[in-house]
Amino acid sequence: MKNIIIAWRNLWRKPWRTVITSGSIFFGVLLSAFMTSLQYGTYETIIDNVVKFYSGYMQVFTEEYHENKTINNTFILSDTLKSIIENENDLTHYTSRLEYFSLASSNEITKGSIIIGVDPEGENKVTGLKKWVKEGSYLNNDNQGVLVAIDLAKYLKVGVGDSIVLYGQGFHGVMAAGIYPVAGILDFPSPELNKQFIYMTLEASQELFSAPNRLTSIVLMVEDNYKLPSALKHLKKEIKDPMMVMSWQELQPELVQMIDGDKAGGTFIKSLLYIIITFGILGTILMMVSERKRELGVMIAIGMQRAKLSTILFFETLFIGFIGTTAGIAVSIPITYWYYMNPVPITGDAAKAMTDMGIEPFMYFSVQPDVYYFQALIILLITMMISVYPIIKSFTLNLTSALRA
Amino acid sequence: MNNVIEIKGLTKIYNSSEIKVKAVDGIDINFKEGEFTAVVGPSGSGKTTFLNMLGGLDRPTEGEVIIGGVDVWKLSSRKLIDFRMNNIGFVFQSYNLIPVLTAGENVEFIMQLQGRPKKEREVRTKELLEAVGIGDRIKSRPSKLSGGQQQRVAVARALASKPEFILADEPTANLDSAATVGLLELMSQMNKKFNTTFIFATHDQRVMDKARRIVTIEDGKILKDEYFERE
Repeated sequence: MKNIIIAWRNLWRKPWRTVITSGSIFFGVLLSAFMTSLQYGTYETIIDNVVKFYSGYMQVFTEEYHENKTINNTFILSDTLKSIIENENDLTHYTSRLEYFSLASSNEITKGSIIIGVDPEGENKVTGLKKWVKEGSYLNNDNQGVLVAIDLAKYLKVGVGDSIVLYGQGFHGVMAAGIYPVAGILDFPSPELNKQFIYMTLEASQELFSAPNRLTSIVLMVEDNYKLPSALKHLKKEIKDPMMVMSWQELQPELVQMIDGDKAGGTFIKSLLYIIITFGILGTILMMVSERKRELGVMIAIGMQRAKLSTILFFETLFIGFIGTTAGIAVSIPITYWYYMNPVPITGDAAKAMTDMGIEPFMYFSVQPDVYYFQALIILLITMMISVYPIIKSFTLNLTSALRA
Repeated sequence: MNNVIEIKGLTKIYNSSEIKVKAVDGIDINFKEGEFTAVVGPSGSGKTTFLNMLGGLDRPTEGEVIIGGVDVWKLSSRKLIDFRMNNIGFVFQSYNLIPVLTAGENVEFIMQLQGRPKKEREVRTKELLEAVGIGDRIKSRPSKLSGGQQQRVAVARALASKPEFILADEPTANLDSAATVGLLELMSQMNKKFNTTFIFATHDQRVMDKARRIVTIEDGKILKDEYFERE
């Protein structure tokens, strides 16, 4: 205990030096936590948008469908698969889909489109499809109405109440054709989706493609991305050939690569920050040891074991890191929390670009615990590394020259 | 009286890049319990080196330092530190108190290293600081004490571990005349009160005037070893 008291008091022999060194750590931690919070917040938003917009956190389909997305590789939801999904505790919702290509025509205009058969209620729980209905009404299991994406509707020159003809190939080469009233117009934030999507009820799509009870995929949702690994691991074990389950990361590797690339950039900047902090702490520790050489010699001379002396010096280094880190985290929590509750709006071209990508134009922040404790761990690691110097010094100090210093 | 310290053939050779310097040259000498000895000699005569080897601070090139039957330079580094703590008290020229500890804590510190109970430490600290005449400054940090007061704390600290003997290297060099007289009187009293052996390295005539034994060193060798009757 006395060693800790001595270490603590030693820090305040030159208060300004301790304050400046701890201050540099404080600002480093604050800046790093702020950057990390913004980075994580952005990733969480992108993932959230991607996942909740269309793909879900996981999808179940046949292995053949993963290789070749034709309607012939669809499946019927078995009782076993249904029970595996319903018994998975981490899942919050799931919904079934039947997707395939078809030609969509109105009067003289025809265009290729993607037909998505969905359970209206289930799909709305998973992707919030209803909120993109700009005109007309949402899907209803009781009628045959379809939802047409806005740019496709404009191209086909149809509106709510008009009819479109869908014409294509169904299950095992059967001709798929039908005429459907337009129940509503969808306006997605993504121009790609607006050009080609048509939604109808699952039953209607199964009838159109002559694929009764057949599905292309089941979309699974968990509460958030942090719950995904355990659910995925468990489902991968339970769901057997010929069915398979894939996470959004596996379904969209390009998005994972984009996030990893961005993370690497952030890590580089934070590394520079921490290198500066490291030299700041190292400079202080070098000074503290060299100017107290005689004092350290006296302590050993009167009977303090070198190991104990190194403990004091270790605690001094640790305290400097602790003061700066604690203050940095204590201040960064309310700041990032405020931004978490009040995301910063983005304007101009950047906002438009984000909207086009289906992302709301805001700078989002994260308040996940690792935003903060990761900084503490880094500083702890740095101080541990630096403390090696005074520890070595205390074991190698030449007593007579130290006493003459 | 018993020999507290027996020194045989003590030699220290410093190897600089070109020449070898024999700082201490084969000294044989014994010190008895309760002696009040001044080791004197001109600057560079080897008295500080002699004291450092005697105190287990500087390893001799040759020779033995036997304290209480223990050949100190045959001890491991760890055991040597413990041996110093339990058997030798040090008073340095520049006081060398631990600046972040109060006068009381400085005295108590060594007893804490020895693992003595808290109550015993507190009582002895108070006794010692009162004995050296600064009982009222127990809570003062060294920076708030004069040079003379700091050296008194250093003496109290040296006595705290109940050592066999105290080594004092130029203890009066940084003190004014009044403080020097006071300190010498104090050390003389402590010597009589606790029967602790004191060995000084000094060129201060006032210290020599108090010493009952004066060992004169020159060129690393003992030139004279004289005993005096003092009050």
